[in-house]
Amino acid sequence: MSRGTTLAMRALGVGAVISVTATVWLGLWVTPPDETQHDLVRLVYVHPPVAWVALYLAFGIAALSSALWLWPRTRSRFFDRLAVSAMEVGTVFTVLTLVTGSIWGRPTWGVWWAWDARLTSTALLLVLQLGYLALRRVPGDPDSRARRSSVTALVAAVDVPIVHFSVQWWRTLHQGATVLNRNLSPTIHGSMAWTLLLGFVAFTLVFAWLLLARYRVQVLSETVEGAELQGALRERWVEGEGLDGAGELLADEGFVRAPL
Amino acid sequence: MWRDTLAVAGKDLRIEVRSRVLLNQVVPFALLVLVLFAFALGPQRAPMAQAAAGLFWVALLFAAVLGVQHSSALESGEGTRDGLRMSGLDPAGIFLGKTAALCVQLVVLEVLLALGVVLLYGVHVRSAGLLVTACVAGTAGLAAVGTLYGMLASGLRVRETLLPFLLLPVVAPVLLAGTRAWQAALGTGAGGGADPWVELLVVFASVYLALGVVIYGPLLEAS
Repeated sequence: MSRGTTLAMRALGVGAVISVTATVWLGLWVTPPDETQHDLVRLVYVHPPVAWVALYLAFGIAALSSALWLWPRTRSRFFDRLAVSAMEVGTVFTVLTLVTGSIWGRPTWGVWWAWDARLTSTALLLVLQLGYLALRRVPGDPDSRARRSSVTALVAAVDVPIVHFSVQWWRTLHQGATVLNRNLSPTIHGSMAWTLLLGFVAFTLVFAWLLLARYRVQVLSETVEGAELQGALRERWVEGEGLDGAGELLADEGFVRAPL
Repeated sequence: MWRDTLAVAGKDLRIEVRSRVLLNQVVPFALLVLVLFAFALGPQRAPMAQAAAGLFWVALLFAAVLGVQHSSALESGEGTRDGLRMSGLDPAGIFLGKTAALCVQLVVLEVLLALGVVLLYGVHVRSAGLLVTACVAGTAGLAAVGTLYGMLASGLRVRETLLPFLLLPVVAPVLLAGTRAWQAALGTGAGGGADPWVELLVVFASVYLALGVVIYGPLLEAS
């Protein structure tokens, strides 16, 4: 990996650690508890940032890279790798969103789960992302795999706004004001607002660092795949050469090589 | 493109008429799902009637997965895909043709399923027109996504398990909107008009038909 990229990763990592630490310190100790939610409100420094990364940043990057890969003029391995990295890291963040949401919901609403609009849409998004990852695991040549994955990402991306609106209507057209009011008081100000902003920055940096790391892993794993293929081909070739002289011997011994 | 659409749709429908896979296997499966729901929801008619709209759409979705798998299996034979690529047919036409054929098959299924729901669950239909509109719009979207994913998964050995997992989350809005529209038509819903839901179904269908037309070509080219 180039020196510049390593430097960037290191800088991002340091920045991420610093900003997360600052968020934790500010969020847990410095900022005051909320009037109604008391200390529970501190989850606001984690939950919305994680949700923003999962739903918009990661998915957006994955969808955009997939589209760029599909379009012949901009097709390049870079976009395929970026898409899978963004989608995988994004899945982790989606799980985090649901978990932090659940943790917030249990003391606030009394239940671990509720079918409110945002939770439902996020859960469906998670399933869409898991589908992408499952498809990605299916063995095949890199080009077909990239093609299938990018189509899946695009189909899912187009679905996200539709899901969002349909679930929101589902929850509001038949019921009045929702009982589950997780919204912050509109007069959020002062240290809470700044900490919230810091939270967004912190988790975006964490995402960026994880994205780069995952991208590097993807490059390495593709290299390993290629090397494995080369190794297997070489074994076959050697075997083929050997068979000319001692073909019967090899056949009698039932000499079996690992399949390609 | 439209000529190719008619050619491919005609081919798929002719295969169905001759093999009757949908009629002999998928329709009974869907009706079976209705019966299983009855077992699950108990002998009283009230819960079933209340849930009838949703149950119809769930049964339809499961049957649609089978329909999609069958439709894409038609193109997975030895060299069939190569033949399709080299035939000179417009890929958008192939996509629309297969979608149209699948749509027709699903609509036939829906008619029978609707009869089943009305008879088995004892619901009263207030607005048949709304039922039909919702079904047609929803089916168009279902068929579009199904054909797209069917082609995507067609070469894979794991397609039987992967296809439902890929397809069903994407068509969840169809389930949501279709159920709401049906509830309005059957009078079992919580109120509120059915118009936004039908509009959603139409938007969904348009979006995925457009997407499919654009993407099917590159997808077909993959080995």
